[in-house]
Amino acid sequence: MSNSHEQSFWSKYIFSLDHKVIGKQFLWLGIFFLLFGGFQAMLIRWSLSNNMEPLPWWLLGDFLYQSSPVGAGIIGPDAYNQLFTMHGTIMIFWAITPILIGAFGNFCIPLQIGAPDMVFPKLNMISFWTMFLASVVLLFSYLLPEGTAAGGWTSYPPLSTPVGGIPGQGQTMWTLALTLAGTSTLMGAINYITTIVRLRAPGMDYFKMPLTTWGLFLTSILNALFVPIIAAGLIILLLDNIAGTQFLVAGSKATIPGGDPLLYQHVFWIFGHPEVYILILPAWGIVSDLLSVFARKPAFGYKVTAICMCTITALSGVVWGHHMYTTGMSPLLGKTFMFLTLLISIPSSIFFLNWLGTLWKGALKFDVPMLFAMSVMWVFGLGGLTGLYNATITSDIYLHDTYFVVGHFHYTMAASVLFGGFAAIYFWFPKMFGRDLDPTMGKIHFWGSFIPLNLVFFNMMVMGYAGHHRRIFDPSEFEFLKPVLGLNDFMTTSAFILGAVQVLFAFNFVWSLVKGKLAEKNPWGAATLEWTVDHPIPHGNFSATPQVVNGPHEYSHPSLKDKDWLAQSEPLPS
Amino acid sequence: MNQNQALPIPANDPFGKATTGKLGMWLFIIIDGLSFAGLLIAGAALRASAPSWPAAGELLNIPLTAFNTFLLICTSFTMVMALNAIQKGDQAGLKKYLTYTMAGGLIFLGIQVYEYYHFIVNDFLLNTSIYSGVFYVTTCFHGLHVLSGVIYIACILYAASKGRYSADNWDHVEILGLFWHFVDLVWILVFTVIYLI
Ligand SMILES: [Cu+2]
Repeated sequence: MSNSHEQSFWSKYIFSLDHKVIGKQFLWLGIFFLLFGGFQAMLIRWSLSNNMEPLPWWLLGDFLYQSSPVGAGIIGPDAYNQLFTMHGTIMIFWAITPILIGAFGNFCIPLQIGAPDMVFPKLNMISFWTMFLASVVLLFSYLLPEGTAAGGWTSYPPLSTPVGGIPGQGQTMWTLALTLAGTSTLMGAINYITTIVRLRAPGMDYFKMPLTTWGLFLTSILNALFVPIIAAGLIILLLDNIAGTQFLVAGSKATIPGGDPLLYQHVFWIFGHPEVYILILPAWGIVSDLLSVFARKPAFGYKVTAICMCTITALSGVVWGHHMYTTGMSPLLGKTFMFLTLLISIPSSIFFLNWLGTLWKGALKFDVPMLFAMSVMWVFGLGGLTGLYNATITSDIYLHDTYFVVGHFHYTMAASVLFGGFAAIYFWFPKMFGRDLDPTMGKIHFWGSFIPLNLVFFNMMVMGYAGHHRRIFDPSEFEFLKPVLGLNDFMTTSAFILGAVQVLFAFNFVWSLVKGKLAEKNPWGAATLEWTVDHPIPHGNFSATPQVVNGPHEYSHPSLKDKDWLAQSEPLPS
Repeated sequence: MNQNQALPIPANDPFGKATTGKLGMWLFIIIDGLSFAGLLIAGAALRASAPSWPAAGELLNIPLTAFNTFLLICTSFTMVMALNAIQKGDQAGLKKYLTYTMAGGLIFLGIQVYEYYHFIVNDFLLNTSIYSGVFYVTTCFHGLHVLSGVIYIACILYAASKGRYSADNWDHVEILGLFWHFVDLVWILVFTVIYLI
């Protein structure tokens, strides 16, 4: 299968059919947008603490917002709306989705199941270039005279419709870009599912697959089921924006009677809640595998963890109403959604306990991937627990649309998913690029991210509890927020430290790519199949199809002598 | 990895002998079916909250579209005949029935365009009412599927004219058939929901 024929630069690096190259393309795209979206977060924090003050030079104040209507280099209210809208959109759909699903889905799935490539390589390539096109459309909206979309990442009508909404074509571009990104995701989902169903190496049963692959498999199923629903919603939103329909418009400004803005919220959250799990399932899988590798013992309750992840996948489709408690939902329906949502905490707690079980009495090695994996336990634990307050109607009605919600979903999405992604990058970088990421810079990156991140996101919840609404432009306007304005400034300083440390990560990434220490074949002593191939990994991956005999976490087996792991394709020594 | 090389089907595969391409098409059909479900349910929700909704046949021409529905069902039949022909190694039969199917699809689209034209000159436009919007969005989304189906048939017909298929190589024809039958089946749903109820 490894036919290493001559390839031109174009077919090798640009329009490559190789899952490893496509994975790296997604990684570059994701990291670019991570820095881009992260920079926008810095601008948001500046505006919240130094409202209507010109941006300093280190936030590119000499270049940005020069023609701002409120003064050169100053973020006005309209620009602020655009900032938080695009920050959310970019971080969710253009940063963590390409990194977790695009990059590591592509890179890990075929290697971990012992396959030569994805089952539909051409579809895989088209999937990346569709995402690229989506990025171009999204970035193009920055050039529009009225700027980008500004109705929040959820783009609720009426803010997102021309009737009574925000002027300009930004929303149209947003909708188009998201439709394209969704199409790319769906192509990926078809590919990932079929690959896992069809290309598992002999002996690789479903319950011998690494949990990373399990997470990506379930994510793909959720994508296949729920992205089409948002696609239908986006078609309707697009027509409202460009064709003069008013499906989502109601009230005195509507000229066509019978439109329904709530319809969009339903459609959005039918997709939007599973989207949370779409993002976090791969991170859960990665963390489950990594804890086992760095505790040098088999994952505790491997099968139970996989089954819990399946249960959560199933439940995630029937809880979307918990985002809409304040829309005048009938109490019975509200309580049903609340009950179903709280039910999710049972499987989540079980596999959380399994993580603790994996660590229990393990020989822990605190390499950088392990630091990030363990920090996911902390941030996801906090994010999960605070989710209970949002899921419970009585507390949610108070907390709805405050910074408490912002803090909660930053803990689950920004912190858990992103730290899972960082763990994955530090862990697989040697296999992807043949060099190690520098561990000293890695540790600075970890502590420099972990501490400020908690200082920002935890205090978001405190601010929210004090009544800080999630989308207000200037918190200093409000009497009831006066006591927490000091906290607000403290968060901003922490956020700037958090942002600066990510520059170090980007530097480490590029520096290690060129100058990093040459990696060993299996630097972490991991048991899954991707560590049995040499680098550079040839097109076609395995020189001979591996025969799988072990589970994915064979560490510290008592009969092993000179090493403490057993690759999945390696029989026990007799 | 060679693109055309048939991938081995693992032992004990729960999906039986279905080829990988077929599996991919089934997944696509589920995804596509769900986007239709999204549009149909959104239409139903808008209808439920609308102040008024025209009765069946009040504005839409049911007999004409019933004929169109019948025509589409016939093309499903000719698609089965096309697959049947190539499974017996009958290349001419494959081409003949694929051409019939494609022609049927084109006539369907022609009638739909005629219907749209008739509505447009009578000022029944996309943004006339929620009702007209739901009508155009759903039928047009389906029409685009028929159009893609026709283009897809043309591609397979081109490959057939090059002699690509034979009695033991007809997987692509079967996969095309899956898509075409899906487009037909969805039309029956759309016809029922938009025209008849
Ligand atoms: Cu939710």
